[in-house]
Amino acid sequence: MKSFFILFLLIFVLASLAQLVLPWWVVLPLCLGLAAWRGGSAGAAFGAGLLGAALSWWLPAAWLNLHGAGLLAGRVATLLPLGGNSWRLVLLGGLLAGLVGGLAALAGAWGRAAAASQ
Amino acid sequence: MLRWLKPLLALLSAVVLAWVLNTQQGQVPPLGRLLSPYSGFWQNGETAADFPARQTLRLPGLHQTVRVRFDDRRVPHIFAENDHDLYYAQGYLTARDRLWQMEFMTRVAAGRISEVVGERALEYDRFQRRMGLPFGAENSLREMLKNDTTRLVLESYSAGVNAYISQLSPKEYPFEYKLLDYAPEPWQPLKCALLLKLMAWDLSGRSDDLRLSNVLSKYGPDVTRDLFPDFPFRADPVVPEGTPLDFKPLAVPPVPAPFAAAVSGLEPSREPDAELGSNNFALAGSRTASGRPLLANDPHLQLNLPSIWYQVQLHGPGQNVYGVTIPGAPAVIIGFNTDVAWGVTNVGGDVLDWYQLKFKDARRREYWHDGRWKPVRRVVERIAVRGRPDQLDTVLYTHHGPVVYDHDEKTFNAQTPVRHALRWTAHEAAGANEVLAFVKLNHARNYQDYDRALRTYASPAQNFIFASRSGDVAIRPNGRFPLKYAEQGKFILDGSDPRQDWQGWIPMSQTPRVLNPARGYVSSANQHSAGPGYPYYLGWDYAPWDRAHRINQQLSHMRRATADTLRVLQNDNLGLNAQLMLPWMLAHLPAVSGNPAADIATTLAARRALARWRYHYAAEAVEATIFELWYQDLVRRLWEDDFGKAATGLEMRFPARDRTNQLLLAEPRSPWLDDRRTPQKETAPDLLAASLQFALDSLTRKFGPLGPKWAWANQKSTDINHLAQLPGFGHQDIACGGSPGSVNATGPRNGPSWRMVVDLSTPVRAYGIFPGGQSGNPASAHYDDMLESWRTGKLDELVFLQAADENHPRLQAAWRLEQ
Repeated sequence: MKSFFILFLLIFVLASLAQLVLPWWVVLPLCLGLAAWRGGSAGAAFGAGLLGAALSWWLPAAWLNLHGAGLLAGRVATLLPLGGNSWRLVLLGGLLAGLVGGLAALAGAWGRAAAASQ
Repeated sequence: MLRWLKPLLALLSAVVLAWVLNTQQGQVPPLGRLLSPYSGFWQNGETAADFPARQTLRLPGLHQTVRVRFDDRRVPHIFAENDHDLYYAQGYLTARDRLWQMEFMTRVAAGRISEVVGERALEYDRFQRRMGLPFGAENSLREMLKNDTTRLVLESYSAGVNAYISQLSPKEYPFEYKLLDYAPEPWQPLKCALLLKLMAWDLSGRSDDLRLSNVLSKYGPDVTRDLFPDFPFRADPVVPEGTPLDFKPLAVPPVPAPFAAAVSGLEPSREPDAELGSNNFALAGSRTASGRPLLANDPHLQLNLPSIWYQVQLHGPGQNVYGVTIPGAPAVIIGFNTDVAWGVTNVGGDVLDWYQLKFKDARRREYWHDGRWKPVRRVVERIAVRGRPDQLDTVLYTHHGPVVYDHDEKTFNAQTPVRHALRWTAHEAAGANEVLAFVKLNHARNYQDYDRALRTYASPAQNFIFASRSGDVAIRPNGRFPLKYAEQGKFILDGSDPRQDWQGWIPMSQTPRVLNPARGYVSSANQHSAGPGYPYYLGWDYAPWDRAHRINQQLSHMRRATADTLRVLQNDNLGLNAQLMLPWMLAHLPAVSGNPAADIATTLAARRALARWRYHYAAEAVEATIFELWYQDLVRRLWEDDFGKAATGLEMRFPARDRTNQLLLAEPRSPWLDDRRTPQKETAPDLLAASLQFALDSLTRKFGPLGPKWAWANQKSTDINHLAQLPGFGHQDIACGGSPGSVNATGPRNGPSWRMVVDLSTPVRAYGIFPGGQSGNPASAHYDDMLESWRTGKLDELVFLQAADENHPRLQAAWRLEQ
């Protein structure tokens, strides 16, 4: 549980900082590397990657949704289509980033296990 | 090795997912980049902090400090010390609000949409290039760069736009770039010229030459003359009949022997909407409360978001002007300054003709003209297509102009491979400089300045209305009109006969015109430019007289008018066509019989309602809904068997509304009333009964039983859509009155794109509104903040400042732009 929490926190903080200057897909190498370094169970790594990466989107998106981008988000949520609900768009975006992060962290954890059993 | 399988599969899934989310998939945008809160659309939000009340922007290339005030509609009021800085600031601030729109419209004009959206726009791009829009723009630009004034204006404006573009990082790109996944490119003066050509296309790109030639070959000259006359039965021309000519006309070219064009199955594709039109009117001081003129203008265009127009005030050496601009083009197009006001409506004159060509052989390297073979110029267009190699398209040019339809033209006689070359004023630039005309109008102080300004205005021809504080009111259908023999270009012309070429131009000093007419007002609404007394042939197919006549009726009653009197006229919903036709239609409708009881009840109720209707196309008017559908279907039943494609196999058009009405009202025994496809002999009452039944049946199917749901606003369904047709970015089913035939010409997609009224007393007071907002950013409250006022027919008072430090309660921000 503790290893999950540390990995999740690391991913969330570093992914948030990295995306300020790097493209969004930096979450992929970041989660891969951090999970490979920290190890732990596959499930915990996936969960930490998913939640860490997702939260790195959910928090700023939610804040922007309340500060200036809500009107546009509602329009985009009509276009996509998500029924015009901007919170669904916040949720969906984070899940997509989270899925990439989770799969990358899973690959990292499994890779470490594979290397260790050599 | 096998133990690596799991991690590799997981990694592969992550990489594939990331790649899919990072690239455009078909028409699905790159969702990862679009939805990222760090760089995606979330960054396009707008808060109060994004629009500081005071700030200084450092902009490279400015010569002196420019001061900008913004009012509560976010209109920039620009105060510059020199012309370079003035147009630079106009370019910079317009781009700040409208960059994506202005760049996208130039791509529409240039035929460069495939570059953004891929193959599905390829045919569109080919057509734009074959029509010669980029060709016309380049010709036009060459002339404009020769002139010192317009070179300075265009280059400064472009530098301002580029100053904005170069500040942007990808996360700051306007929303649509992120959605469509591309980047802005540097601005050039050519793009301003392209926008002018796009206007020319929208406003003068329609032609019925081919359809009329088919009518002529099927029915002969007598029927054609009878059903497609050059002058309508009901007319109220822009320049009133009886206005004396102040010039000695040139000799008109002789009429050559008639030419029997090959019958063609060609269907002109992508024609601009026939319903685009506009109103303008001005009252002399004798009819106004202030004793000074009033001027009003409302151009009707396709209603889109971001808005077609962008308001600005330009204050610089020798000018202080306010009005609307086309995003991407410098100077004010419709507006006023401290001394004068002006506006435009479209002229329906025939400035686009088709020439039938005879090629020497299938290689199409030479064509026959003036008794010899002349070489064809071949221009290769390179069209960049996203995700594909560039496409090459060879366009043939003759001295007439480009061959627009090359491959997809089907002809009835396979032995004569007919092709048509296009001659169009939008391609011709010698002596033309539209930007110069607008710059001069912006500076104008009196009638003489207006007169001089219009001399270089060529295309698209417009009815320029004018009023000055010194008391003049004037109007002139202005542009370069080819000097034609009567009916030249009404039909397809013979491209081998030099007598059918255009033989020069009507001198700019001899276009139709009127200054301070005795009746005390001038106006236009796209109707005929002048009466039969005008010595030159300008065209035959103009808008019906309805709006023009209603406007003139109202103006002629005005005494002590104010700006609000003209605002009310702009919102007038009376349908003259209904007023003319409905009493006759009801009187000749046979008694109800034969139908099921429910139908009879509906028919009786509809007839009772129609008999009480006063012809106003109000939003809630059920009668307007019934009448429009009834009348439309009546016209369809009258002409479809004679001129419809399904019945005749030929691409033709119906006679104009004026001629149709004349036939219905005054020619009860006309053979055209009969439906040739049935054995029995139909009469007008038969058609009336069948079309009313059709209208009521289809409305019942659409809305349920006759009731408030049949309201005109529901049937008309005015939509204002985003330029890229994005769901969620426009407004649908706006509840407003008006109709294409009333002064308030609001239709399903077109309508008053800018309503302006100017009171030329001292100081000048002006009012205006457009259905949208100043900002092109769909995240901004100013994207559509004027829509509600527009819908309810209100106008904003326009904030017209005399100095940069003037106090005004509606001013919200003061910026400085500095080197």
